[in-house]
Amino acid sequence: MFHSETGVFKTSYAADMALYPLPVARWTVAALAAVFLVGVPLLFTPYMMTLLNLVLIAVVGAIGLNILVGSTGQISIGHGGFMSVGAYTAANLIVRLHLPFWLAIPAGGLMAALIGIIVGIPSLRIKGIYLAVATLASQFIIEWTINHVTWISGGIEASIQVPPPSVFGVKLVTPTALYFFLLFFAVLAIVATLNLMRSRIGRAFIAIRDQDIAAEIIGINIFKYKLYAFAISSFYAGVTGVLYTYYYGIANYEQFGIDVSINYLAMIIIGGLGSVLGAIFGAAFITLLPEAVRLFLKHYGSMVFSQDAVLRIVPNMQLILFGGLIIFFLVVEPEGLNRLWRNIRNYFRVWPFSY
Amino acid sequence: MTPRSARFLTLALGVAMAAAYTGSARAADKGTILLGMQCDRTGPTQVVGTALCPGTHDYIDMINAQGGVDGWKIEADEVDNAYTVPPAIAEYERAKQQGAVGVMVYGTPQTEALNQRLEQDKIPGTSPGFGIAASADGKYYPYLFPIAANYWSQGAAAVQFAKQQLGGSLKGKKIAYIFYDNPAGHEPLPVVEQLSKDEGFTLQTFAVPPPGVDVSSQVLAIAQQFRPDFVIDHTFGKSPALVIKGLQQNGYPLDKVVALVWASGEADILGAGGWKVAQGYNTMQFAGAGENYPVINEIKAFYKKAGKAPPATMASTVYYNRGVFQAAVWVAAVKNALKLSNGKKPTPTDVAKGFEMIKDFKLGGLVPPITISPTDHEGGGWVRIFQVKGEAFVPKTDWFRGYRDLVVAKEAKIAEQMAQKSN
Repeated sequence: MFHSETGVFKTSYAADMALYPLPVARWTVAALAAVFLVGVPLLFTPYMMTLLNLVLIAVVGAIGLNILVGSTGQISIGHGGFMSVGAYTAANLIVRLHLPFWLAIPAGGLMAALIGIIVGIPSLRIKGIYLAVATLASQFIIEWTINHVTWISGGIEASIQVPPPSVFGVKLVTPTALYFFLLFFAVLAIVATLNLMRSRIGRAFIAIRDQDIAAEIIGINIFKYKLYAFAISSFYAGVTGVLYTYYYGIANYEQFGIDVSINYLAMIIIGGLGSVLGAIFGAAFITLLPEAVRLFLKHYGSMVFSQDAVLRIVPNMQLILFGGLIIFFLVVEPEGLNRLWRNIRNYFRVWPFSY
Repeated sequence: MTPRSARFLTLALGVAMAAAYTGSARAADKGTILLGMQCDRTGPTQVVGTALCPGTHDYIDMINAQGGVDGWKIEADEVDNAYTVPPAIAEYERAKQQGAVGVMVYGTPQTEALNQRLEQDKIPGTSPGFGIAASADGKYYPYLFPIAANYWSQGAAAVQFAKQQLGGSLKGKKIAYIFYDNPAGHEPLPVVEQLSKDEGFTLQTFAVPPPGVDVSSQVLAIAQQFRPDFVIDHTFGKSPALVIKGLQQNGYPLDKVVALVWASGEADILGAGGWKVAQGYNTMQFAGAGENYPVINEIKAFYKKAGKAPPATMASTVYYNRGVFQAAVWVAAVKNALKLSNGKKPTPTDVAKGFEMIKDFKLGGLVPPITISPTDHEGGGWVRIFQVKGEAFVPKTDWFRGYRDLVVAKEAKIAEQMAQKSN
């Protein structure tokens, strides 16, 4: 946030590495907490809540993918597949064993992590575009398996209905109740990742991304850490899948197709590779932009077009504007929305004494 | 979400509501009844949406121009979900917030994701020809209305049609089932398999893996190796055109092929290389194909009166007519709901009950004699076969149902299972 660092002296390594290096950051966090815990539920309509909920789920998935792509420099076009793995694992456990959400969610994540490790094995030998194709294959293999193995898919239209999550016997069904449920996991993902990235494992990831041979020479076990990255990232994807399942009330692999995998890649590229805040920006941007464009065109489009033409044009304009804005933002700031935000912040940090 | 985008949304929403208010104040004597309407004019199945959605709008516009439903105007608030799920959820919540009395859902994954919300909010939704097959059973799915033959009814009807075409008995005959390898493609299979045991025919299945842009090996296997007496074609998207073309090129007679409802549009015929190629191809429809219906003529007259030419999308009669069908069933439900609410603005529950009061609804032959009841939300599961002859779809059969008892028993069984599981 906007604040001055004057007079803050760090005298120990611990202080330098703290999650909040400045005292004022604590106030920022407190203010954010107040906004999200009190302000949002009071002011938002159910419709806005629904949009926000979709953003929160996307935040978890985007942060997870960012660990792999942005921080470790590996690529995955198969994250939609990992989401289905999480979704079906949890759905089966919920329906067959009646597990509560606090067991089903980690279980879905762990199963996705296991599959993620298997998919990640080729990453030791192949890089870049080759790895991309390998992960793409995993997407299709997972889809095929779920479609054809009725033991996993439940047999009827390859989908399993699940009851809503319940906390202390209260079923969470309203957008507001689900908001708190999803906010908890989004915050957990954010805090966990912030801490992960300043740990030994996180630094190993960054070393591998920046120069893998150099990383190996200074003693980082590349194989191990690449698999860690795949496992952690797929764990997040699996959790995202379970959250979607709870949110929709049904697990269905068609909800996690290749387009979803690519959407998540778009989120982190637009948001900013390798940063948690970037993933959050990207998730919000990609989720809300189509809706904003649609509302805008719907209410101002009739000034230019006839009402009938609006209906025909809006969906296509939505795609054109969506693509155009993505290109625009990437041209303006190739390092993503996060960098844009940092530029603004850096400007105000020394404002008005910028010399 | 940042506070700024929240403010933008509030603003946009405010504008939306203001627009809705001024609109309703201007429009009618009694007011406006809002329906949510989801469409796919973009996305993988846009060939359907680009013709279906205009059909729905045209019918509703015409009803409004004729004075509405008992003085109430109907507004169908269209949104494009591009066959993806998140916008379907967000738009459903928006429609609900704005006071919609029901939602026309589009797409199977979308229907599945909205099912719990519909039930919990007690808002009726329709899913004609797709969605959850078990939802035909209104006892377990009180707020979901498939209103047209589901995949099980379609599969059973296809076998019935084959039986009729092959001289009344299927004993010892061979039937090929070519299908798109996704959940919807698998859906009719259990029914067809059961019937192959009951009727004593040999069934062989041929899967077309997504995205279904190459069917040559399956077509070759059917036409050259298996040489069946009849083919049931349950493919989507680009595949139906390729199946038609492939079978024709391999010399398989197309009058021994019956396509289920999503392989039966004009676009599939044109994609195969035109009407000439597809002569004899049998298509299954849950709303009539072609232009020769009173209601379609009415819509044309409505356009003429407004001084406009009928839209080009009307030429895609199969999907356009399904759009009209969808709109007409909603209008009928709203009309019934107004009886329940004594002319006041109906609640979503009234409209759901209104659906269940629909009886022998024919719309001048465009739709089968639909009767929806609290237990049967499928409307009877009627279909009709139209054959490609010359440059049109010509009715080959009357409205009929195949093996109704078997389908109903299965619907009830699966619905019960699913309801038990999710509790």
